Amino acid sequence: MIITSPSVNSLLNPQTLAADWPGGFWWHWVLFTIIVIAVVIVMVMGYIYMARRQIGRMQSRVGPNRTGPFGLLQPIADVLKVLLKEGITPTNVDKTVYWLAPIVGLFPVFSIFAVMPFTNGGMLANLNVGILYVVAISSISTVGMFMAGWSSSNKFSLISAMRVVAAVVSYEIPVLLSIAGVLLLSGSLSMNDIVLAQDIPFILLQPLGFIVFFIAGLAEISRSPFDLLEADSEIVAGFHIEYSGIKFALFYLVEYGEAFLLSCLISTLFLGGWRGPWLPEWMWFIAKGVLVWFVMVWLWATLPRVRIDQMMALAWKFLLPLALINLVVTAIQVLTLPEGSLWVMIPVNFVITAVLILLWSKNSKLGWGRVEV
Amino acid sequence: MGVDIAFWVLAIVGIAAAIAVVSLRNVFHTALMLILCLLSVAGIYVTLSADFLAAVQILIYVGGISILIILAIMLTREVQHGSLSNKLRIPVFIVAAVFLGVLIFAMVNSPWQISSLPPVEPTTPALAGKLLGEGGFILAIEAAGVLLLASILGAIVLVREK
Repeated sequence: MIITSPSVNSLLNPQTLAADWPGGFWWHWVLFTIIVIAVVIVMVMGYIYMARRQIGRMQSRVGPNRTGPFGLLQPIADVLKVLLKEGITPTNVDKTVYWLAPIVGLFPVFSIFAVMPFTNGGMLANLNVGILYVVAISSISTVGMFMAGWSSSNKFSLISAMRVVAAVVSYEIPVLLSIAGVLLLSGSLSMNDIVLAQDIPFILLQPLGFIVFFIAGLAEISRSPFDLLEADSEIVAGFHIEYSGIKFALFYLVEYGEAFLLSCLISTLFLGGWRGPWLPEWMWFIAKGVLVWFVMVWLWATLPRVRIDQMMALAWKFLLPLALINLVVTAIQVLTLPEGSLWVMIPVNFVITAVLILLWSKNSKLGWGRVEV
Repeated sequence: MGVDIAFWVLAIVGIAAAIAVVSLRNVFHTALMLILCLLSVAGIYVTLSADFLAAVQILIYVGGISILIILAIMLTREVQHGSLSNKLRIPVFIVAAVFLGVLIFAMVNSPWQISSLPPVEPTTPALAGKLLGEGGFILAIEAAGVLLLASILGAIVLVREK
């Protein structure tokens, strides 16, 4: 036996536990597990409601407004409807993989919230490799989508699964590089320490990194304009085309859970997480997340869907070089600027961002219905 | 106690998954079992306090390499039910058995250095110092980087159209 010491407890030990916390590690664990699951499910329903109402407004419609006051009960009605539907399993599916796929897709979404700081230290586990854990676990969800696409024995769902993989493999790189810029400034991988380091929100110090992370994150979770995997006009509904009833509901939960996850990540990494005056910390955290979701739905209501080749070109020719330049520039600034003069980065980086984006957009031609990115 | 239970669960799951990788007939199921096997190895890293290593294991092997293996399976036709046995069955079994024997012999007879110190926390600064700091392994890292770059360039040259 080569195990050297009992270390799981020390690894998962929440270092910033409040002094008056009732009970020990396991109470903390149980309580935060319940909080995480409840928050994710409630926020997913809130996000669905918000998206439908907001898109309605932006398209000069009303949106759902009949169920409850302002249509607030609409998501609950939707959930009940989809849970009560008959679960149909097609004949030719690979049964085991087909049944496992929604679960494999769902568990990363919940597990990632274990390291999400809702308040100062208010998290399930303050891992010292927090952000790396987030990136690593989120890649498992792709496996779930691929299992769904393959086991359905449907050509459309297989095409959709291939698109997921192509998108995730390409956009993982700009995501990681833009996170690296944040890490250079924070000097820690722990999510709580990243928030603590943001006396100036990193969106001001890292405008280019923020833009790259936002676009690449949208593509990673396949939200519009990168929702190629469920392009309804081309491949009907994507990888969950053969799913119905509760299994479809799980995939729906994954989809919006990932949107909630991305908005929380952006709020933590770039917008200062739980920090803010007057309001309680968790309220700032949620409010910033909702703000990011507002922008995402805005883009959803505005932009047309990109083609697959445009999507690949955007990742490799636009985001990757910009993310690399951003990383190098940030590294030089962190090494050369004296202590306490980080604010110098704000104007410099905004100018660099504007110049680089203008330069690189010269490479993309638009006109006569022919678009090359 | 808890760590012992975790170790045995992860070890049994990992070995069972590894056996399934070589014995299942469906190539896609095999790839999924490989993912399970790699995940349980990451779990064993966690029980050893190597949290950074565990995260990187999942990131690279589960998120990267396994996905590419599955993609390759998708792009290949008529391999879903590959044949397991061919003429090389017995020679390969002998070679594998000998290799396993050598490995077990080496592991059992090595004088492992077991430290009684508690693990370093947090692990990341210590790792960064070892890998990139003075007197570290910076040369090996640079060499690995050059090697990977060369292989990427080689792949591009191989598949490039004239």
